[in-house]
Parts: sequence; structure tokens; C-alpha cells
Amino acid sequence: MPVDIDIAKVAHLARIDLSDEELAQYGEQLSVILEYAERVSALPTDGVEPTSHPLPATNAFRPDVVTSSLTNEEALAMAPEAEDGYFRVPRILGEP
Amino acid sequence: MTDLADLSIVEAGRQLRSGDVTAVDLWEAAATRIAYTEPHLHAFLTVDREGALATAKVVDAAFRAGEDAGPLQGIPIALKDNMCTKGLATTASSRMLEGWVPPYDGTAVANLRNAGAVLVGKTNLDEFAMGSSTENSAFGTSRNPWDVDRVPGGSSGGSAGSVAVGSSMGAFGSDTGGSIRQPAALCGVVGMKPTYGLVSRYGLIAFASSLDQIGPFARSVEDAALLLEGVAGHDIHDATSYRGEYPTLTDGLEKGVKGLRVGIVKELMVDAIDSEIRAATRAMADKLSDAGADVVEVSLPSSEYALSAYYLIAPAECSANLARLDGVRYGNRVPADTTDEMMAKTRAAGFGPEVTRRILLGTYALSAGYYDAFYGQAQRVRTLVRQDFATAYEQTDVLISPTTPTTAFEIGAKTDDPIAMYYSDVCTIPSNLAGDPSISVPVGVDTRGLPIGFQIMAPALGESMLFRVAAEVERLAEFSARPSLAVSKETV
Amino acid sequence: MPEWEAVIGIETHVELQTNSKMFCGCAVAFGEAPNTNTCPVCLALPGAIPVPNEEAIEGIVKIGTALDSTINKDSLFYRKNYFYPDLPKNYQISQYTFPVCEFGKLEIVVDGEPFVVGITRVHMEEDTGKSRHVGEDGRIHDASHSLLDFNRSGVPLVEIVTEPDIRTAEQARAYGAELQRIVRTLGVSDARLEEGSMRFDANVSVRRGPDAEFGTRTETKNVNSLRSLQRAITFEIDRQTRVLEEGGEIIQETRHWNEDKGVTISMRIKEESEDYRYFQEPDMLPLEIDEAWQQRVKAEQPELPAQKRARYVGLGTDAHTAELLADDPALGGLFDQAVQAGANAKQAGIWITQEVVAYLRREEKSLVETALSAAHVAELSEMVSAGDLSSTASKDVLNAVLAGDGTPREIAEAKDLIQISDSGFLEAEVDAVIADNTDAFEKLAGGDMKMIGFFVGQVMKRTGGKADPRLVSEMVRNKAQG
Repeated sequence: MPVDIDIAKVAHLARIDLSDEELAQYGEQLSVILEYAERVSALPTDGVEPTSHPLPATNAFRPDVVTSSLTNEEALAMAPEAEDGYFRVPRILGEP
Repeated sequence: MTDLADLSIVEAGRQLRSGDVTAVDLWEAAATRIAYTEPHLHAFLTVDREGALATAKVVDAAFRAGEDAGPLQGIPIALKDNMCTKGLATTASSRMLEGWVPPYDGTAVANLRNAGAVLVGKTNLDEFAMGSSTENSAFGTSRNPWDVDRVPGGSSGGSAGSVAVGSSMGAFGSDTGGSIRQPAALCGVVGMKPTYGLVSRYGLIAFASSLDQIGPFARSVEDAALLLEGVAGHDIHDATSYRGEYPTLTDGLEKGVKGLRVGIVKELMVDAIDSEIRAATRAMADKLSDAGADVVEVSLPSSEYALSAYYLIAPAECSANLARLDGVRYGNRVPADTTDEMMAKTRAAGFGPEVTRRILLGTYALSAGYYDAFYGQAQRVRTLVRQDFATAYEQTDVLISPTTPTTAFEIGAKTDDPIAMYYSDVCTIPSNLAGDPSISVPVGVDTRGLPIGFQIMAPALGESMLFRVAAEVERLAEFSARPSLAVSKETV
Repeated sequence: MPEWEAVIGIETHVELQTNSKMFCGCAVAFGEAPNTNTCPVCLALPGAIPVPNEEAIEGIVKIGTALDSTINKDSLFYRKNYFYPDLPKNYQISQYTFPVCEFGKLEIVVDGEPFVVGITRVHMEEDTGKSRHVGEDGRIHDASHSLLDFNRSGVPLVEIVTEPDIRTAEQARAYGAELQRIVRTLGVSDARLEEGSMRFDANVSVRRGPDAEFGTRTETKNVNSLRSLQRAITFEIDRQTRVLEEGGEIIQETRHWNEDKGVTISMRIKEESEDYRYFQEPDMLPLEIDEAWQQRVKAEQPELPAQKRARYVGLGTDAHTAELLADDPALGGLFDQAVQAGANAKQAGIWITQEVVAYLRREEKSLVETALSAAHVAELSEMVSAGDLSSTASKDVLNAVLAGDGTPREIAEAKDLIQISDSGFLEAEVDAVIADNTDAFEKLAGGDMKMIGFFVGQVMKRTGGKADPRLVSEMVRNKAQG
């Protein structure tokens, strides 16, 4: 079954800037892979609970204790751009 | 005389403690091996000569002072380059992280440092551990030490190759769908994926969080058990770290398989698996039977869907895990007028094709309208796979199968066909979906002289049993071949 | 046609003041130098993974319990995926299906009328970092670039979502105020709107009367006080009504409240509903808040503001005094202790909410910085009841006690304010005054009640102002009536 993909929208959601050619190429590859992956739908799974995690445990917590943070220098050491102790980025358009 | 680089960890430990060798000697032997294998192998992205020598000297002083942190003290060990090492570049073989130096050690790395291991360097992998050949590394493909025109497998291909040639005595990798066991099989070494949660994932650059697990490469089963012991343990920094009692790993190695029930997995012995590999698997099954095991055929009916489910679950998780690579706080940045454009351009330039493909795939599989058909269904299939294993373990102690459908393939043979490449992991993926431990042990070579891996699987926390059977397989296989690159300096 | 009616729902974010962040050990602190409380986890460095803070989970269970919610025994963390530079992982760890709390309610009172606001859900998430826009007066669109501080990244955040039950801006404000009181009473957050540790988003729509379908709603953000919550909603109701009256259409969008101009401004039109690609957080295990945990939190729950107010009214204070006392833990505590020590509740309530508050404001002090104790209040109350002190004089004495001049009795004695309430003595004085003023007394006895004042005044004069005027007045009246 051919899978219909709005590849430009997917690339935007994933924040990867691709050319039209690249989009077309990835779109095609994704169709092929998804057709293969879609085999999963052949298996009847009515009433089967999804497994999202292999560990059958709950409540892994951390006590509310302060541990040491990175210094400002350490935090910014690998920043592509920094200014006055902040990470610097180009202007931000719009809200989250 | 045996070159020190070819010693087992067990033997090296004996000699370190008897004073016959020093940690500096072992490091120098590894360094020599690195010097003459690396030009052909490209197993390492970074060799930490200064750090390794400094650690070796500290360790030797400790030995002299009678301080002994255990079996890994003084042992030269290599780390896959997706394990964060404080002060030492960690790239995950991605342009995105080229030159990134973590300000922290992952827990497994910290445990190794505390155990006195001599960390020799960081090994090559498929970018962000996505791949089965290391061809997806942004920094060049590693070679198979048995045939440099072939791939070492992946994604932990560099670690596997390094252990195979002796440029490290043991190594660590990560296994999300087979990324330890498959390259171990292709390089003729032991590779093991522990029960999910046994080794902390803190500081392991995440690919698929519910599947990733750090595990060892070694030239013997006992060495692999010692390596795992060095890193396993509960970690407060990983919420998915196992909190119960940990299995003992080295106690049962001599016990043999007499009376054990061994299930050979029917669905992993089909035509799509290379006939020589099937024959080798069958032969080992017969030897186990001769050694007293009760070998039966078992079925994991959902396993043929496991690969499909995996290629929905892992990309979905990776699409979120890799979102943090955005050029804002670290890593490389492509300048642009707005932050949104900067992120999109940075990610386009930073990720290679396979990573891009999987991020797009996962993004799609999670998006509105498709979630249930793809991701949701894959998670239900995951439940079925686990149920299949549970049923199989009602009548068996361990399961066996080939590790891989083929031996090492030629570089470039599968790069244009993602699905063919994905099929490399068909035998290993079910254990990841189940969260169970699994190990690959070399049992022979094919007619081309390429090693064949034999996979043993056990239920969660069944490491004791797994290593016990693996040790017997190792004895029965009498596998002593070494790759040409490791044999002598003169041959290369 | 029916009148326009507003339909309002409020989403509230409360930062929990735990010691450390939600998923790492960095300190939760306000106003520190940028990027000094960060680590691999809250900067989302490669390889770093989250571990939830147990105290934060305890905090949300407290809030959910106080809001009468169902606490789900099993609940899950999800990843909410969206790219934004203040969100280091580019996904927020939040909850989706199976939040910690659901189906709660909060009763508020507006103009004496009780009103119940349904609570849809209360869920746990993490805060983002902060961005500062540089150039062109810091406005986002005209900025040349932005600066990011991740100190706030990963601070535990509880989101409280109401049903669209609220109908007026006043109700919205009352809801916000009551929620703030509850959160503070629970001690889980200082809930300061101006510092952002409590934040409101108001969803507002209007419709023609209570039977009409819901209209298109807008979401107003950036409301930094209870007053601006009310103003912003009022503005938005008026704006939407005007647009619709003029035949226009309401666009579903996010709007920002501009405090200076007193208007909401459109920020961005949501072209499509966001595709957050929620999926269960694989780095985290499910939460299990079992019966024992739920019961313990319930048992340990402090007296909530509404309970406290009702109790105060029951003790005899008026509703307004009760509210003032319940709103201020220090004053409420003093009141409780004073009443326990025997003070008259009504009298003590008025002293504390009027005299004490005025003194503290005047002197710019907090209660603990004064010399006043609950025992003082009780003593003062006893003196007034016993007639030893006039209620006028009691205020002077109270101020002197606050200033540290001594106990009420010491001060009253030192200032010679103790009243004579010995009836035998006073009767003799009254008789003496009557004897000296027989003409005047006859007028009084003849029904000229205005003369009472004269006789009281005379007695006060004879006693140097120390007689209890109430008692004297009563005696004179009795004598006049024979």
C-alpha cells in the first residue's frame, strides 16, 4: 500500500532545511520504508497493551537535594555564540 | 612470546599483579598495535595518548602501593564515541558534534575510571549509532580487520575492530538493535548486550532511549563478563537504571550446559539467513546437545514483525532525542537571520542522510493522524514479541540463533538500499524490543574466511545463565583464528 | 436577543519552590547571574537524561488534593515536541493522557455569592529557560538578536487547567486569588505573579446567552497581576463583543496583554493546530501514587484558606476581617494564638487587621519585628472586657505595646489609663454630683435625657477622667428613671 507523506511538513516539524530535490528523494525513501514498516499492521493486536518500556517498574525518583552546577564558563564553553554570560542566538520570530 | 596486546584481560590482570608487566607496558603494546593497524582499520576517531599514558602511570603507582580496584585496573579499553568523556572529544561520528568536548563523564565511563581502566580512545560508529556498517560515520568508514574491503558491522564497528586486532583489550559499545552483537559477529569477537537497565545510560548519547544499552566487546566470554561487571550497577542519574539485585556474571562460567534446555529459534533459521551461517548454528546446536543440553526448536511467531516495529519505535524516539542538536548551546552552527532558520540549516548541514532519514521517519510516525497506525501499533507488536519470548522461556533456559544473516559484506554493497541494510539486524532486534540480555560468540569462519557469530539470548536479568552457556559455546567452538591485521606486523 | 455572555477558562502555571529542579540537582533560585544554575541535564547536553524530583511530585499531589481532585494512581510523563530556543531539548517533559490529577473543583465567593470552578486537570511539567530580546526596546519582532538564560530551565512547573466555567472577569480574578492563597498555604510556591512563579493564561470567548454554542476563543498571555488578569479579560470580552456586534469574526489566536496600554495584542495566528507529537517519555518510569501516599498527603494537608475563613467567621469575626486574617499567615497566626489565650475574637480581629496592620505599614515592619505577642492581645482584650480600659484607650495601649513599651497593663498604668469601674465608688460619686446639681437632675428626671451627658461629664471631672463612662451613664439613667 503506498503511503502518503507530506514530506515538506514533516521536514518542517523536524526543523531540517531540505531542498526540493532532497525532499522528493527522502519522500520516496520514506514511502518505501513505511510500506515495509506497515507490515506491523498485519498483526492483529486487538486488546494488546502497548509496551513503551521494557522495565516493569515505577517511581524512580531523585531526592530533592541540590548538587553542583556547571560554572557559567563551563556552560558557555561550547556555545557557538555567547554574550554577557548568555547564549546568543539570532532574532527569534514568533512564540513557541 | 605472545605480544602483550593479544593477552586476555584475565591473563593481563594476572601478569599486572605478579609484577611481570606494568599498565604502561600494556598501554604501549596497545599503542604499537594502534600505530600499525589504524591506517588500515580506522577504528578510532580519537586516541588519547596523553590521557592513557598518564592513567597507566597512576595505575602502576597504585599497584605498587597495593591498591587494587579490581580486574579492569590497568587494562587498555576503548570506548564508542557516543559515550561522553569529560575533557575528551565526543562526536557520535556526526558533523553536528565535531570538536564537542563534554564537561562531564557518563556513568559507565566514570565507573571505568574508578576501576582503574586505561581509556585509550574513542571509536568510530555510524552517526548517532544509526547503521550496521559504520558507513554512516561522518568521519570515514571503519574497515573489517579480516578483509579491509568489507565493513566491520555497526554501529559499534570501531570498538569491534579494535578488540579484534588488539588495539584495545576490551571495548564498549551501545546496542539499540544489534549494534554490539552484529559488529562483534562480523569481526570475530564476543559482543554482549545486557538486560535493559543494567548499565546506566547517563552520558550515552541517546538514539532510542527505550532500547539503548551499553555493553562490552572482548576476545573471550570471561573478559566480556569482567568488562560488564566494571560498568553495571544502579545509577541515581538514570531513572531507568535497574534497582534490584544484580546478577553475578563470572560465577557459572565453568558449569557447562548439562541439563540445560536450549531453544533454537525457528524463525531465525530461514532461507534469508546465509546457509553457511545456518549450518554453523546447527553444528553448534548439535555440539551443545552432545555436551548434555536439551536442544529443542522453539518459535517466536511475532519476530518477523519485530524488524518493522523496531523501524518505527527507534526512529520515533530518535526524532525527539536528536532535537536538542539545534546549534543553540553547543555543536556547530550554520548562521542565519533568525533562530528558526539557523536551527533548520544547522540540522540540515549537521546530520548525514541516514540520520536525516530516521528523524523524518520518526517525526512522521508520531505525527497527528498516523500515531496509532505506526507508533502505537509498533508498541503493541513489541508487547507480542515480549509475550513470545515469555512463552519460549517457559520451556527453555536460553534461546540460540545466528547473530547475523550474513558475514561481513563489502563496503558500499548496501548503502543504496536502506531496507537491505536494516535486515542486518533481523536476528538481534527481538532482544532489544524485549529488553533481554543477548550475546554473540564467534563459532567459526565461512568459506571466505570471514567470522560467523552465534547468538545466545536469555530472559531479563539472566546474565549468569547467558555467560554460562556462552562460555561453553566458546569452549566447544575452539575458535582461535585471528584477523590478518592482528597476526603480525610483517603481514601488513 | 439575549445579552452577550463571556465564557472563560484559566490555565495557571505554578513554579514549585523545591530545593532543586524537576529533573536535575541544580538549585531553584530567582534572580541569579545568567546560566549559573545549569548542568548537562537542564542544558540538554548530549547523553544527559532526567530523573524526577520526588518533592515536586509530592507538591503536585498536595495541590491536586487541595483542589479536590482525583489523584490518578498511575500517571505518565510524555514528551511534547516543539522547537523553541528557550526549550533546550526541543521537547518539554509534560503529561498528556493520565495526568497526576483530574476532575477537581475550587469554590470561590464573588459579591457574597459562592461559585464553583471545575478543575479539568492538574499536571506536572518543567519550565523553559528565559530569552531576552536585544535592540529596539526589547520587543521580540524588532530585536537584532536574543540572549538565552537557562537558570529557569527545568524548574518544576504545575499546570492547573479549569473548565470553561467562569463567566466574568471578577470571577476570574477571585479564582486566581483563591488559587494563589491555596498554593501559598500549601507552602509549595511563593506564587509571585510579578516574578513569574505563578502565571495565568486566560481563554476567553463570548456568546449570545447561556444556551448558545461556545464562540471562538482567544488565549491571553503575559498577565502579571491579579488586577491585570481582570483588566485583560474585561478588555478581551469588550473587544470580542464589539467585533461580533460589528459583524466581524473572532480569530483563534494567542494575544498578549499590554499593561501600559491596557489592551491585548495579537501575537500569532494559529494556522493549524500544533502537532506536538506527544509520546510517552522513555527516559522515565510511570508514576505510581498509591492509596497510602494519597492518604498521607490528605492527612498532612494544612487548613485551607476557605476552611480558615469559615472558622474565623464562626469565632465571631466579620467576613472581611476573616479574609484579611486568612490571607496573612503571620496575622492569622497571631489571631489564632490570641483567641486561644482567651481574647475576644471579634475585638482581636479588628485590632489585628486595623491597628496592627496600620502600625506595620506606618513603621514598615513585619509582625515579628514588633514586641507584640498573642498574650498581649489576650491581656488587652481582658482589660477591655473587665472595663479596666476604654476601647479608645485600648488602641493607644496596643500601639505602645507594638512599639515595645511594655505589657498592656504596664502601659495602661504608666499612662494612667486604667478606668474606675468599682460600682460602689462610682455610685457614691454619681450621688454626690446629683446632690450638687438638683435642678439639673430634676430636668433629667422630667425626661430631658440630654442631661445624662452633663452628669457623666461631672463624674469624669471628679474622677480625673478615669471613671468608666459607660457604667456612669447607666447609673445616671437608672437613677433618673427612679
